[in-house]
Amino acid sequence: MHIHKYERWWLTFGIGMLLVFLATIAFAAFADNINPPSGLQAIDPTKVSKTPPFDHPGLRRLPDGNYEAYFVAEVFSFQPSTITVPVGRKVTFYVTSPDVVHGFYIAKTDVNMMAVPGWVNSESHVFSSPGTYLLICHEYCGIGHQNMFGKIVVK
Amino acid sequence: MTQFLTMTQLRENRVVIAHVYTATAAIVVGALFGAAQGLSRASAVGAPGWFDYYRILTMHGVLMALVFTTFFICGLSLFVTYRSIPRERKMTLGWLGYWVMLIGVLMAAVEILAGNATVLYTFYAPLKASPWFYIGAALLIIGTWVVTAEIFENVLWYRRNNPGVPVPLPAFTAAATFLMWWIATLGVVGEMYLLIPWAFGWTPGINVMLTRMLFWYFGHPLVYFWIMGAYICWYNIVPKFYKGNLFSDGLTRLTFIMLLLLSTPVGIHHEFMEPGISSTWKMLHTVTTYGVAIPSFITAFAIFASFEMAARRLGRRGFWQTVSSLPWNNPAFCGPAYGMLLFILGGFGGLVNASYSMDMLVHNTIWIVGHFHVTVGGPVALTFLGIAYWMIPKLTGRALWKPEWALWQTRSWFIGMLVMSMSMHIAGLMGAPRRTAEVSYLGSAPNEWLAYNLLAAAGGLVLLTSILIFAAVAIGTLVANEKTEDMTVEFAQPLPGSEPAPALLQSLFRWGAVALVLAVLAYAGPLLEMLHHPVFLAPGMRTW
Repeated sequence: MHIHKYERWWLTFGIGMLLVFLATIAFAAFADNINPPSGLQAIDPTKVSKTPPFDHPGLRRLPDGNYEAYFVAEVFSFQPSTITVPVGRKVTFYVTSPDVVHGFYIAKTDVNMMAVPGWVNSESHVFSSPGTYLLICHEYCGIGHQNMFGKIVVK
Repeated sequence: MTQFLTMTQLRENRVVIAHVYTATAAIVVGALFGAAQGLSRASAVGAPGWFDYYRILTMHGVLMALVFTTFFICGLSLFVTYRSIPRERKMTLGWLGYWVMLIGVLMAAVEILAGNATVLYTFYAPLKASPWFYIGAALLIIGTWVVTAEIFENVLWYRRNNPGVPVPLPAFTAAATFLMWWIATLGVVGEMYLLIPWAFGWTPGINVMLTRMLFWYFGHPLVYFWIMGAYICWYNIVPKFYKGNLFSDGLTRLTFIMLLLLSTPVGIHHEFMEPGISSTWKMLHTVTTYGVAIPSFITAFAIFASFEMAARRLGRRGFWQTVSSLPWNNPAFCGPAYGMLLFILGGFGGLVNASYSMDMLVHNTIWIVGHFHVTVGGPVALTFLGIAYWMIPKLTGRALWKPEWALWQTRSWFIGMLVMSMSMHIAGLMGAPRRTAEVSYLGSAPNEWLAYNLLAAAGGLVLLTSILIFAAVAIGTLVANEKTEDMTVEFAQPLPGSEPAPALLQSLFRWGAVALVLAVLAYAGPLLEMLHHPVFLAPGMRTW
């Protein structure tokens, strides 16, 4: 099949552009370790309130000075609803849901994940500037969805 | 020269008219709900107490994404198949498909309006809707399978009776679209097989991540079903509006085969932020999603090349002379053409969303809503509305009522969609979430979220006005009843003497088998990985 010279140039340019984009993403993933949250820990959604550490959700300080924050996303609130974390420390967020699917999104950061019944999702973040960050559920979860939010206070 | 249609063609037209006008009803009601949402979300007007944002949002999504598009594409595909393969035929399958789809839609609509299925058009479990909602949705899909059977039957009949002759391109593109659709809908029918007994209470719980994977196995090819519907028009019909030709028969078939192969093994790019799927599979689906951009690159080239070929025949050269030689006063051309412009924005936004880690910045923000409005609401809807201005006279034998209104309809839709979707993109980059009745968070939210909501609502009102003009023209054409004798349909042909498509690009069903294998390969890994972990079922609940 004859393919016009200009079309070959156009497709070379287009596919070349896609390859450059892919290389950028791969570089970010393998060199800088920038990956989407992909928690692979299963949990019984009917027993979240009895399963440690989600039976006492909240912030934990680790021996190395970093933090873990355990959240339960449920209709229509986050447990806990507010946490205070220090600037410049790595905080790893863990979230699960005992009822329906929720979102876990800290606005204006790249902490963006789904809280799915049956699984624990997680993502790490270092807050580089102090302030109050809005934590919102960004997946429709029912009649009170628009009021499901919390706060991350960074000091 | 008047050419009369055969009795068979008049019977065919009635089936297509039913599909096109059902699609029209869906987009008009859907737009009313959409504009109401926009105003309520922007707090531009105080919503009355009975106004249930999420119920209206569910109805809007279902009507636009599932009903308008599906009915129009079924009608369009039947039309191009019938007219490119003229023969005596019975309309049994055509009508059966239509009625099964319609009954399904009515069942689902009753449940949504009654408040028993406020689960949005993605119906993510374990939000638990009435079983009749899921049964209605399943019937809509099964109706499209009947349409699929009708299109395949015609293609197979043509092959039997014309050995060695390529299937006419319009029928080929319609069959490729429905072959892709059939493979994709296996996912959502599988999901319904889990959801329906659970919604009846016959099973105690649901594997949430499995339903999500099945949904997105279907959900992204759904997007390509819309795009392929638009491409059927762009390749086969639109060139006739500027007396142009098909750029290349072979490359058109290649485009549709690539879409058939690559539309399905990409769905996990909707699940980048989810647990239970490891990053390997997310990366793999990023690569395949990038691959599905290639047939769109081929299409972009083919369209501009076809424009230029037509302009050169008129002795026009260069960019501006080519552009100015196009029929900008024909609404049937302007719809698709403005849609193509919007698709440039939509295409690049789509690459951002498909980009693995970059999706973290936009996932479930209103950027995504902006993206799919500038794609399904842009190239797809504008193409279908424009093509309707061409199809309705061909189907009814009546001249289009107020063509100048139709022209303003395409212009206002373009502007309204640009304003609305760009505001949504910008607000999304500022972190504003999607799928929420309001974004104030009791005053904690940044002010700019609300400001862009107002702009989006203004765009929505322009869109509502535009669709009301469309409805006026579509209904006015029937009422005014001004006869036209030009009911013959011609499809774009390649330039005389151009080479036919290679045999490899003509064997559609063999490529369908390859597509099925690719879909299995893309999903076997993540599915096995997910089932390798303990499976906990969620009982589900009604949270509205």
